[in-house]
Amino acid sequence: MIYKIARQNLFHDGVRLCVTLTGIVFAVVLITVEIGLFLGFTHTISAVIDNSGADVWVTSRGVKNFDIALPLKEHKYYQALSIPEVKDAARFIIRFADWKKPDGLQESVEIIGFETEKSMGGPWNYVRGSNAMLDLKDAIIIDQLYMEKLGVSRLGEHVEINQKKARVAGYTRGIRSFTTSPFVFAALETASHYTHLEPDEFTYLLVKGKDGVHPKALKAALLRNINHVDVYTTEEFSEMTRKYWMFNTGAGTGLLIAAFLGLVVGMVVVAQTLYATTLDHIAEFATLKAIGAPNSYIYGILLSQATLSALLGYGLGILAASAISDMSHFSATVIMLPTTLKIIMFFLTLTMCVLSALISIRKVMRLDPALVFKGR
Amino acid sequence: MENNGTAIQLSNISKYFGAKAQKEYALKDVSVSVRRGEVLMLMGPSGSGKTTLLSIMGCILKPSSGSIVIRGREISGFSQKQLGRIRLRHLGFIFQEYNLFPTLNVLDNVLVALDIRGMTGPKAKKQALTALGSVGMAPKALAMPDTLSGGQKQRLAIARSLAGRPSVILADEPTAALDSDNGRKVVELMRELAHEKNHSVVIVTHDPRAVKYADRLLTIEDGRISNSQNKHAAVGEDE
Repeated sequence: MIYKIARQNLFHDGVRLCVTLTGIVFAVVLITVEIGLFLGFTHTISAVIDNSGADVWVTSRGVKNFDIALPLKEHKYYQALSIPEVKDAARFIIRFADWKKPDGLQESVEIIGFETEKSMGGPWNYVRGSNAMLDLKDAIIIDQLYMEKLGVSRLGEHVEINQKKARVAGYTRGIRSFTTSPFVFAALETASHYTHLEPDEFTYLLVKGKDGVHPKALKAALLRNINHVDVYTTEEFSEMTRKYWMFNTGAGTGLLIAAFLGLVVGMVVVAQTLYATTLDHIAEFATLKAIGAPNSYIYGILLSQATLSALLGYGLGILAASAISDMSHFSATVIMLPTTLKIIMFFLTLTMCVLSALISIRKVMRLDPALVFKGR
Repeated sequence: MENNGTAIQLSNISKYFGAKAQKEYALKDVSVSVRRGEVLMLMGPSGSGKTTLLSIMGCILKPSSGSIVIRGREISGFSQKQLGRIRLRHLGFIFQEYNLFPTLNVLDNVLVALDIRGMTGPKAKKQALTALGSVGMAPKALAMPDTLSGGQKQRLAIARSLAGRPSVILADEPTAALDSDNGRKVVELMRELAHEKNHSVVIVTHDPRAVKYADRLLTIEDGRISNSQNKHAAVGEDE
């Protein structure tokens, strides 16, 4: 009966129910999308590192993030190869460059150069082409998501990178760049040619350890044997880059603040409408108290109302957020909505609505059952 | 245990509101007994204290001093929680404005009273329908309260108060919102409950037409019982 009273109280006033649900749906969508964006950005920021296949990254001293680093000299590469724990090492270039579209307009891109014959640092999710295509002269690979931005309409299209000719030899799908400058993959020599690095320079050294060598042990060995470099396990470098872009730049903090604001706004709207519903039914609650209903019975009604609102609001909100997330997969900014986030959002919505009901509970706690007698 | 068929015994009850310096007495040294099977009417001008007296009888309001015995149990020192249990177990309420649940149908309005008492399922439904049947409302079991007339609403309120099978029914101005015909029917029904089913019925009313249905009439003025009148059988003395 508690549930029935709660349900009837809620559905009796359609307009108020709409306002309540709008508040919850708004909060759920806002929080989910902001956190989804946060997760999407976090994933995007470190995607190249996470998919590199390397155990350890060797960088110049003081590197703060993946996208910006001073070059290393080639002798470091040979030093690395000479270490017993090292199975293989691959040179890797990343540099910002100017991209001139076929229509003459410009874009900024990030050139990534890698050794195509080694399985470290290259693109993944090929839609057209392969690493082997990059061995062709001036061949580059871009992501389908950026074709329009880069003015590319077909394979084989000619463009200019830092005023040097390049030819689109393949596409990937879903390799996004956080910096808004799309990644352009090329063979190491081709990338070196586009980025004005000296022939014996590269940005990072990607190292794979022999079987059974832990990345931490590999890192220690590299630090012992190569001077004037920093060494990070792939996991460390990924985390460092994510933290830099998300928190040092304030981008992530902004998203989390927006998510928090969504929670606050949602709570205020839900609390306000639940409170108004409680006031609407105050005479009934007083009657229940007068005829002897324990407080727990009345709290049960209020909490059921809050839970029911939460379930409906969550259902609608998560549907809307899922639709937005699905659409984002076709854009340069992905909103990730993993199952864990959906589960967390369910409990967060429930908590938000139950906390909002506390104001109503406080009101009913203080309710004088003698209200039922008009004469007093 | 009941004493000589007394359902409620109030002795030397006083009730004041406000702080010590500005005490405003609603009741002064009132003693009343409510017997089983009688209709006791409380009358008096507005502000005389009759509803305060009803609230104290109903364990909704605590007196400032005096003793309350319900079915042989002294309850003046009880907590709000304990008083709630007493209301649930022994008392039924009928209100001037019916105080129905507008979002629930007739049957559910009665079932709520049983649900609070922990009774659910087919047994509760049967008991609710019996209560509705006793006031002639069973055919309207699935109707919503807003489709009922004033008289039907009050009969539903009576059915709700009866559902828990209380020994005492307390009614606050039950005919005030009704026309004379419906008012008469409601009071007749309440007298029937008292005389045929042995409920004690206490009615606060301004309605002089209802007086003829009382077994006993207490008039309250300025917080004191000014007149006590046995209308039918002798049922005891009050001061």
